[in-house]
Amino acid sequence: MYNTNQLGRFEQVVLPHLDAAYNLARWLTHNDHDAQDVVQESYLRALKFFSGLRSEDGRAWLLTIVRHTCYDWLRQNRRFEPLTGFDDELQGVESDEPGPEAMLLRTAEDELLRHALEELPVEFREVVILRELEGLSYKEIADIANLPLGTVMSRLARARQRLQQALTAHTQREAQV
Amino acid sequence: MTCQEIRELIHAYLDGEIDLVRSLEIERHLPDCQVCASVVQNLQTLRSAITRDSLYHRAPPDLRQRVQAVVRQSNRAESKPRFASLWFASGRWLGVGISAAAVAVLLLALIPAWLRSSADEPIAKEAISAHVRSLMADHLTDVASSDRHTVKPWFNGRLDFSPPVTDLTERGFPLIGGRLDYLDNRPVAALVYRRQQHFINLFIWPSAQPSSKAAVNPVTQQGFHLFRWTAIEMHFLAVSDLNERELKEFVGLIHDQLTPTATP
Repeated sequence: MYNTNQLGRFEQVVLPHLDAAYNLARWLTHNDHDAQDVVQESYLRALKFFSGLRSEDGRAWLLTIVRHTCYDWLRQNRRFEPLTGFDDELQGVESDEPGPEAMLLRTAEDELLRHALEELPVEFREVVILRELEGLSYKEIADIANLPLGTVMSRLARARQRLQQALTAHTQREAQV
Repeated sequence: MTCQEIRELIHAYLDGEIDLVRSLEIERHLPDCQVCASVVQNLQTLRSAITRDSLYHRAPPDLRQRVQAVVRQSNRAESKPRFASLWFASGRWLGVGISAAAVAVLLLALIPAWLRSSADEPIAKEAISAHVRSLMADHLTDVASSDRHTVKPWFNGRLDFSPPVTDLTERGFPLIGGRLDYLDNRPVAALVYRRQQHFINLFIWPSAQPSSKAAVNPVTQQGFHLFRWTAIEMHFLAVSDLNERELKEFVGLIHDQLTPTATP
């Protein structure tokens, strides 16, 4: 299928992004076992289409495939519930509630943050993971998730707002105990 | 800028996604407005909390080894996905969710022997395999849309050519979407159309030949019909379990759309 050159290029361009692939799959499928399967399937698909890859940005290209594969998996397992009644237009998204207190968040347990992230709808979760954990630009996220730029920004804004609300609610509950 | 305008831009500002002019405007505003300043501070706190390393899932070492094994194997592989090699390389049963690919392998094995051994029509064999896989692995489309203005641009940047996308909804063959596939040792465009309950895969890829007539006699085997022809410097291959007459009608419609009657 490939000559040594092409295989070498695949190893240089796509293979190094295994951590990024696994991290995204792990956050979208919620568990290690399925994330590993999704990543393996993604690499097979990547191999299949590699000769058509024109850009050198192996990470964004691989993550696009991983995301597709995750969504296939979510649909197969009936775990995909598209956002309904969700307006992607950017409106004022700030709430007047105070956010979680800075000090509290700095010491917030991993478990609390992880839970808040896991609870986000998948369309919000993916943009947060790609932005905060992968450090991708709006443009790169728009390409990977096949969304308009404005939608990337509004989803990210809402996702962060939801996280703040969840964490605030938690700290308030803690305070009442 | 008003506080409202600032709030709308605050995420883009924190993400470094706005221009310098507006960025400076926001920075001038913050010292004078406690409310906006606290919004920014809370968001910054949240962001630094999420970006902590402990929330990043790194790939387990054994996954890395398995993926590398699969990639290495492909060097000795033929031009088809090696689901089977993944099995052996992975050393464990694939998860139920993704095992559709494995099921496809088993089912492909059930495709008649002549197809697997026929050397004169390797493309037909590949196309039928791709068609069957697309229906089974829950991967009929990468872009699901009946709008050709959505489907056609989707292929930009994913292929080194631009496949013609025709809308035949009014003629009873609605477009379902498109997909990348692999035929003839190269990535190809697969357009998916429907007739009642039957799906048609139309594979398109560049050709060195100018054009040929649409094949009047299809390849037919085990309930699948294939028409193959060349036009506008592209190969076209339509495959479906639809009856031959209606598939021929479909092929005629596609062919007519692509090649307007030449002036005598």
